Amino acid sequence: MNSEKRIGINGRASDRANAGVSADTGETSTGEKRVKALLTYPPGAVGKPITYSLVRQFNLWINILHAEIAADKAGRLIMDIQGSADDVDRGLRFLTAEDIEYEILNGSIVWDEDKCVHCGACTAVCPSHALTMDNLDWSLLFDKEKCYLCRLCTRACPVGAMSTPI
Amino acid sequence: MGYKSFEEINEKIRSKKAVVVTAEEIIGIVDEKGVGGAFRDVDVVTCGTFSPMCSSGAFLNFGHSDPPIRMSKIWLNDVPACAGLAAVDAYIGATELSESRGMEYGGAHVIEDLIAGRKVKLRATSYGTDCYPRRELEAWITKDSINEAYMFNPRNCYQNYGAATNSSDRTIYTYMGTLLPKLGNVNYCTAGELSPLICDPFYRTIGLGSRIFLGGAQGYVAWQGTQHNPSQPRAENGVPIGGAACLALIGDLKQMDPRYIRAAVFEKYGVTMFVGVGTAIPLLDEEMVRHVAVRNRDIKTEIFDYSVGRRSKPSLGEVSYEELRSGSVQVGSRTIPTAPLSSLKMAREIAQTLKGWIARGEFELQTPVAALPREGSPQALEDCEGE
Ligand code: SF4
Ligand code: SF4
Repeated sequence: MNSEKRIGINGRASDRANAGVSADTGETSTGEKRVKALLTYPPGAVGKPITYSLVRQFNLWINILHAEIAADKAGRLIMDIQGSADDVDRGLRFLTAEDIEYEILNGSIVWDEDKCVHCGACTAVCPSHALTMDNLDWSLLFDKEKCYLCRLCTRACPVGAMSTPI
Repeated sequence: MGYKSFEEINEKIRSKKAVVVTAEEIIGIVDEKGVGGAFRDVDVVTCGTFSPMCSSGAFLNFGHSDPPIRMSKIWLNDVPACAGLAAVDAYIGATELSESRGMEYGGAHVIEDLIAGRKVKLRATSYGTDCYPRRELEAWITKDSINEAYMFNPRNCYQNYGAATNSSDRTIYTYMGTLLPKLGNVNYCTAGELSPLICDPFYRTIGLGSRIFLGGAQGYVAWQGTQHNPSQPRAENGVPIGGAACLALIGDLKQMDPRYIRAAVFEKYGVTMFVGVGTAIPLLDEEMVRHVAVRNRDIKTEIFDYSVGRRSKPSLGEVSYEELRSGSVQVGSRTIPTAPLSSLKMAREIAQTLKGWIARGEFELQTPVAALPREGSPQALEDCEGE
């Protein structure tokens, strides 16, 4: 069985991002913490109820932004995790204990407008609707606020105009 | 019904009096003045396209080294070029991959580097002959250090093309871009109402020898493209439904502009090249006005399921370019988002640039020296049977 799922949760994440949480540090004034994490499941671990545990055991607020899960392969899940700073840290330690690698996503995707030929290939894969075509002049529009940092566009762009600064 | 000849129109171009508009602009003119009025007032309509076109490449002649070499294997920046020609002639194909960098760099990148004036490393080997004793050579070349460098693209400028989707459970990576599982997207790849052969569906004004815009320079139609398929079923307006005719194009690489020839990498598919092409259609009579004024809503194509890795892929139905451009299409009960792969913004820029050349008297129309075939379809290739 090979089931690959895509879960796109439109606009909500960015609504919340604007509600008093600093996107850069993930810290809020009230000791709350919010991070965007890319989880990589090893083959076989896909069935584990990770999200459920994060919510129930650690009182975390979870928003799954994007998921690619193949039963026979490693899976990739991008989620927004929010809760008290302590809970978030304990939740992340739990992931490590469960053998799930995670990477905290920060920074942003960089669009090199000079390289861009406005073909639209990246809009085909963007799950967040951050990348769309202007339907009058047919240039690419990039709404950073909506971006999940999933990086699918960096591989789909044929001329290398989308990148992550590392 | 009136008639204007190529010669009359060229006379106007020479005296800078020709009225030129693009294939998008003519639509509004026809709406306002009718077909007769548009025929009276407009002489030339320009078209453009900027799409990935795999069947592209360039002939190069490097000049002779001392002692000379009959190059039998050639690499340009580690990308193999075809050397099965005379001593220092080569053909670099756009999709050829680098032997050291794989899919990240290929023939199209070599071509882009040459056009941009960058240095390219030439490496060649030979078995050595009495007249060409040398067996190995390494040299830096640029477009200005070598003799000829002309692009010759065996198949460009498709007259319409099928759209692509994927009904399987996994993402697939194709020359039609990334196709998400379970009909996650539909990708399409023509400039629609601005596309050269859609605006001249029966090839009345374009044929062998037609002068065109190719990669920012003036080029020519050399031949019908490979897999030329004029017998593809057509709609009432004459526009084929799906891929049909195509063109073999030739032009001087040394005069091209890197803005209009761009190397492209399609994930897990390979290297290809965005080629900017523009054509100029003389409005010979009212029939030509009707052809160039075709609208996206009247141009149809089929959506093919690329999850079927066979020669003929199942069609999931017909759509118009108006629907494709709207951002989503209806397939059965599903609404599927669409994405273009061909840059309409660049296609418009090309049509506008060509319009400027003609209005300033810098580009005259060339009467075709022979017509493109109007019948025929490509053959299939069958495997050997038995021994
Ligand atoms: S990383 Fe790229 S594809 Fe992913 S959400 Fe952001 S813009 Fe869209
Ligand atoms: S795929 Fe790349 S070149 Fe095409 S529109 Fe997106 S960023 Fe621009």
